[in-house]
Amino acid sequence: MNFNLLKEHQMLIKLYEEFTEKEVKPWAEEIDETETFPVNTLEKLKRYGFMGIPFPKKYGGAGGDILSYILAVETLSKACATTGVVVSAHTSLCGAPIFEFGSEEQKLKYLVPLASGEKLGAFALTEANAGTDAAAQQTVAVKDGDNYIINGSKIFITNAGIADIYVIMAMTDKSQGTRGISAFIVEADTPGFTIGKKEAKMGIRGSSTCELIFENCIIPKENLIGKEGKGFSIAMKTLDGGRIGIAAQALGIAQGALDETVNYVKERRQFGKPLSYFQNTQFQLAEMKTKIEAARMLVYKAAYLKESNLPYANEAAMAKLYASETAMEVTTKAVQLHGGYGYTREYPVERMMRDAKITEIYEGTSEVQKMVIAANLLK
Amino acid sequence: MKIIVCIKQVPDTTEVRLDPKTGTLIREGVPSIINPDDKSGLEAALRLKDEINAEVTVLTMGPPQADAALREALAMGADHAILLTDRAFAGSDTWATSCTLAAAIQKLEYDLIIAGRQAIDGDTAQVGPQIAEHLNLPQVSYVEDLKRDGDALILKRVFEDGYHLIRVKTPCLITTLKEMNEARYMSVGGVLDAYREKEIEVWSLKDIEVDHGNLGLTGSPTKVKKSFTKGAKTAGKLYDVDSKEAAKIIIDKLREKYII
Repeated sequence: MNFNLLKEHQMLIKLYEEFTEKEVKPWAEEIDETETFPVNTLEKLKRYGFMGIPFPKKYGGAGGDILSYILAVETLSKACATTGVVVSAHTSLCGAPIFEFGSEEQKLKYLVPLASGEKLGAFALTEANAGTDAAAQQTVAVKDGDNYIINGSKIFITNAGIADIYVIMAMTDKSQGTRGISAFIVEADTPGFTIGKKEAKMGIRGSSTCELIFENCIIPKENLIGKEGKGFSIAMKTLDGGRIGIAAQALGIAQGALDETVNYVKERRQFGKPLSYFQNTQFQLAEMKTKIEAARMLVYKAAYLKESNLPYANEAAMAKLYASETAMEVTTKAVQLHGGYGYTREYPVERMMRDAKITEIYEGTSEVQKMVIAANLLK
Repeated sequence: MKIIVCIKQVPDTTEVRLDPKTGTLIREGVPSIINPDDKSGLEAALRLKDEINAEVTVLTMGPPQADAALREALAMGADHAILLTDRAFAGSDTWATSCTLAAAIQKLEYDLIIAGRQAIDGDTAQVGPQIAEHLNLPQVSYVEDLKRDGDALILKRVFEDGYHLIRVKTPCLITTLKEMNEARYMSVGGVLDAYREKEIEVWSLKDIEVDHGNLGLTGSPTKVKKSFTKGAKTAGKLYDVDSKEAAKIIIDKLREKYII
C-alpha cells in the first residue's frame, strides 16, 4: 500500500496548477457572470494536451493514466468548475466510450480528433422523460439499409452546441427494454440534427447545456458503437467512469473553496482579531479539510481501480456521492465563514457554492449513487 | 542547429524567508523552480526548435534533486538533458561552476549556448560570460530578442537606457533576460514522456576533463565572509493632504536630499 503520488503525477500537478492559475482562474468569474463558454481556454487546453490525457498516444492522447486525468479535472475545478466539467464530459463521456467500446475505425476517425483536442465531445442519454429512469428512452433509431434514421430529443446535454462529436443513446428495439437501447456516434453537422434550447443554470454557467433534436437524422451504420442493444450497458459503464471525473470536479470545487476561505479568515478581522483566531473558525476549517481529504482518498482509489482494470463501479459511486456532498457542505461553510461578503459576487465562494450543487445531480444523482452502493451490499 | 541551454534549479525566492538570527535562507519547504532568466533562455531555444527543428540539450550542474528541473525542461520540449553531479563540485563559486560547465560543453556539439543572465539566488551574472571565455566564444549578454539571419543571429542587447542590435555568428553564447518571452507551460504528454521515455544523462567528475584545481569549494576563489539581513527601514511619515500639497512636500523632500 502506498499513498505517494508518482513523480510524474507531482510534475503534472505543478503544470495543472500553473495553467489553472494563469489561464483558468482569471476568467472564472467572467464566464460565470456572462454565461460564456470558455473558447479561448479550450484552445489552450488543447495546445497543452489536456483533452485526451488518459488515451494512448496512437489515438491522439497523452498516454496518461486515469489519475493523471483526474488530477487535471480536480485542479482546473479548484478555480473554475465550468472548465472542469468541459474536460470531464469530453473525456469521460465521449472519448472514453469510443475508446472502450468503439471499433478501431471509430477510434481512428473520432477518438483521434477528440483526444488531440481538435474536436470537442459530448454525451447524450437524458431525455425529458428519462432522467434517473434512463431506461425510458424515447429517442428511436431505425435501421434503413446502410444507415440508421434517428428521431427524438435529448435534454441537459453538457458541451452541446459547442461539441463536434456526440455519443448518443437511442432505442433500436422498444420491445427489448434496456436491451433495445443502442449507442451511436453523431457528428454535429449531420442533417436532421439540431441544437435546441440552451438552459440558464444556477451554476457551471460557462458550460453549454442544451437540448438536442433529431428529426430524420441519418447516420451511417458504421457509427453504431458495439452491437445493437448494447447501448444501455455502454451508457452505464460510461457513467461509472464519468462519476470519477465528476467526483474529481466536486473535490476541486471543495478544495478551491477551502483555499479561498483559509486566505479570507487570516485577513478578515472582527472584534480586533483575524477570524482565524476564533475556535469556531478553526473547527469549521478542520472539518472541511478532513472531509476533503476523505473524499480525495475515495476519488483517487476509484481512479486507481479503473486504471488497474479492477471492478470500480461501487467505489466510483461512493467517491461521487461523498465528494459531491462534501463540495456542497464545504462551499456552504465557506460562504458562511465569509459572512455577508460570501453572499456577494465579490468573492468566488458564492460561485463555488452554486457550482457545487450540480455535482450532486448530474451523471447520477446522490440517490442513484446510494442505489448502486446499496445494491452492491445486498446482492 | 544544436543548442545547449544551461539552467539552474533555484529556490523560488518569492516564497523564501530569511532566518532572522543567522541571516541565511530558509530553504526547507520552499519549492524549487527553473531560474526565470534560464527558463526564458530555454523558451528561446524551443522557439528556434519550432522554427527550424533545432535540437535542444539542457545542462545543469547541481545536486541529484536538480533532476526535477531537467525533467521540467524536457516536459516543455527539450530533447536531451544532462545532469552534472558529483560531490567534487559541491561549494563551487562562479569560477568553479563555469570551469565545470565549460568542460562538459566541450564534450558536446553546439552552434549556440544559452544561459540565463543571472540566478535569483546568487545574482552574479558571471557564469554565462565565463563559460564563453573558457570556450573562446563570442558572447552577447542581456539578450531580450533573438532573430535568425542565415548562420548568424541578430540580438537585442538591452541596457537600462537603451539597447544594441548585434549581429553575431554562431557558434556563440548568449545570456537571456526573463523579459525576453513568456515561457510555455509543460504539456501533459511532455511530462509523461519526460518521466517514462526520456532519460537524463548523469555525468560525474570522471566524465569530463577539467583541472581539479578549479573544482568545488577548494577551486573557488570567492569566499563569503559574512551574510546579513539588511536592517528594516524606519516607518515612513504619513501626510493627509490634497494632491497639490502632496506634490509640494515630495519636491521639497527631493530637494532636501539633493536628488533634484
